[in-house]
Amino acid sequence: MSERKNITVHEPLFHLAKRAQIQPWKAWAIRLAAIVLGLVVCGIVAFILIERLHQNPDRIDDFYYSFIKGSFTSNRKIWKFLKNMAILQCISLAVTPAFRMRFWNIGAEGQTLMGVLGCIAVAFYLGGTVPDWLLLVLMFIAALVCGAVWGLIPALFKAKWNTNETLFTLMMNYVATFIVSYFLVIWVPSGSSTLGKLKYGKLPSFGHDYLVIILVVLLLTIFLYVYLKHSKQGYEISVVGESVRTAQYSGINVKNVIIRTMLVSGLLCGLAGYLIGAGLDQSVTTESVGGQGFTAIMVSWLANFNPLVMLITSALISMLNSGAAQISQDFNVSGALPDVIVGIILFFIIGSEFFINYQVIFRKADRTAAKEGVK
Amino acid sequence: MKKLIALVLALVLCLSCFAFTASAEVADVKLGVILLHDENSTYDLNFINGVNEAVAALGLTEDQVIMKRNIPESNECYDAALDLVDEGCTLIFANSFGHETYLLQAAKECPEVQFCHATGTMAHTEKLDNFHNAFAAIYEGRYLAGIAAGMKLNEIKANGQLKGEKPLMGYVGAFTYAEVISGYTSFYLGAKSVCPDVQMKVMFTGSWYDEMEEKNAAQALIDAGCDLISQHADSMGAPTACENAGIPNVSYNGSTVASCPNTFIVSSRINWAPYFQYIVNQAAAGEKIDTDWTGTIASGSVVLTDVNEAAAAAGTVEAIADAKAKLEKAEIKVFDTATEGFITVGGEALTTYTADVDTDLNFTPDTEAVADGYFHESEYRSAPYFDVKIDGIELLNSAF
Repeated sequence: MSERKNITVHEPLFHLAKRAQIQPWKAWAIRLAAIVLGLVVCGIVAFILIERLHQNPDRIDDFYYSFIKGSFTSNRKIWKFLKNMAILQCISLAVTPAFRMRFWNIGAEGQTLMGVLGCIAVAFYLGGTVPDWLLLVLMFIAALVCGAVWGLIPALFKAKWNTNETLFTLMMNYVATFIVSYFLVIWVPSGSSTLGKLKYGKLPSFGHDYLVIILVVLLLTIFLYVYLKHSKQGYEISVVGESVRTAQYSGINVKNVIIRTMLVSGLLCGLAGYLIGAGLDQSVTTESVGGQGFTAIMVSWLANFNPLVMLITSALISMLNSGAAQISQDFNVSGALPDVIVGIILFFIIGSEFFINYQVIFRKADRTAAKEGVK
Repeated sequence: MKKLIALVLALVLCLSCFAFTASAEVADVKLGVILLHDENSTYDLNFINGVNEAVAALGLTEDQVIMKRNIPESNECYDAALDLVDEGCTLIFANSFGHETYLLQAAKECPEVQFCHATGTMAHTEKLDNFHNAFAAIYEGRYLAGIAAGMKLNEIKANGQLKGEKPLMGYVGAFTYAEVISGYTSFYLGAKSVCPDVQMKVMFTGSWYDEMEEKNAAQALIDAGCDLISQHADSMGAPTACENAGIPNVSYNGSTVASCPNTFIVSSRINWAPYFQYIVNQAAAGEKIDTDWTGTIASGSVVLTDVNEAAAAAGTVEAIADAKAKLEKAEIKVFDTATEGFITVGGEALTTYTADVDTDLNFTPDTEAVADGYFHESEYRSAPYFDVKIDGIELLNSAF
């Protein structure tokens, strides 16, 4: 009873409040701190899990150096890093228009895979029968058409019957995987389902094999930035994303915007598929896209759907992946460890967004009490 | 006296270790290994164990071996190979069938580096000095494992516990590919050699590694009345389904006795350590590596795990040892076309078969493989090419 009298107001130790605005430098400081903290935690986890590391603690330098070593210590590694980044950036750009519209397209994996399949199908059937330049053009068209169709199907359903686009696009990924399996069975009568590298349909290279890919994606980044920020269509996408009602009120045809935007997303995924199919693999497997369609969602999101910032996030993710693979190689540990390490760092990076959007306010009474205590 | 002997033995041991590590040539070799997955796949684990065994036997140091895990069958494989070259590797090995065309591309660019590829088919037609294929006569191992299966079926039959009238085996395969067909046929023939009225049903999953699919396929075969299951796929799917259903299982790639103590009988696997030792030694001596290398029982490349006495029929160990000795002496052949009624196709004896040995775009059969009363498997190239569909084996689904 007497206790109750003492407590007048119940105030928790801390509470959260949404930040009205945050200075950009503060936001970046929080992000940087999160990455540093993530790296420290990684170091601790690695120290526990990697045998060679706790036998030889000095090698912790090597552990951190791997993140740089994985991407930058030889010309070949730098080119490979830029290529990986470019492909990831391309798929991230592809998902962005739909995301800005709050159309949760998680089907980039399947749309890109269909792009790869489309262009390889053309190379498989027409390779050697038409001139090289024509083959490449046809492959390009096929990749774009396949990617676009795979993006349009869920968009049409969304616009017509308001189906759930998240589930729909997710399922379309599996359908795409099985279609690839299906064609591999037909194309490879020996039964191994391994097509191997085709002899036709290689993107011409000047300077370096990967240069074309990198330049194309760089141009695309600028184009998409202008399209989203400075064109009427880009503005419409933003309005639909803010509020469908507002868009309808201001005379925007929401259905058209949904369909058009998913068409753009699908086309860009198709382009990514073309870069993978004609620029790199000259083959298709069910793993051709290798989960990048999902990673791209994170890249786009972390960059706040801004194509230019995406260059930073896609570089960061590519660097993390190569670095983690380098750790697996240098310390001879299971391929699962890199995933753990990348996972931890991403957890911190994504977590930091929370502290950018919200601020933690500690109980004031404590402060005054502490001050009085000092006095 | 005992102390003296111990001392001498210890000295010999030290010196022999020294002799290995001191060999200057072997110390110059740097081996790069490209793996499709990692330890979580029994297929890749088998390669990793092979590398580690060879490294220990040759006395290689930690920095003489680099393993790249989770390298897909794409341009990534080419990138990985060249990165290994940059790291100073003089000998590069890749373990997955789909790596071949990309590894070949790297081999053409780096003639000074030796490239070895397991399970591939193109070395003997590409004719590069630095590109080699390797496989093992695993069909002999599967034949021996098949004997264990046949004896188990005989036991079940003698106890009157057969599900149907005739002994029936189930087999979970990955793809309708020669490697798998050769594998299940040799397994079937091993069983048939001791249990003449055995029949087999095969179900394909269309994937080398899909735990769920493999488990489902095994369950479907069990439901279809199979008395025993074996598989050619890389996950624990089929063994787990067998353990749950109490159906005996003949495994692949390694022992599964730890998870399946009641149903695991025996497993055949390829031991890659002899091949790794061979290529490192050849590279060290500057000698040519065989374009097509086929490991055998004799070279220690085809091995069987310990028989699990709790599940196997009595006398299995002896029967396997007996057949193994005969195989080594070439007294018996797995794909024996001479013995009447052993291998038949549509009721007829198999007297001629043109196999697809040289890989071309249209996969045209090109080489006569039946001669001297048997099918010459893995002789014209290391990777299997036996893809005859013989009587007694029913394919439940063949669209893979």
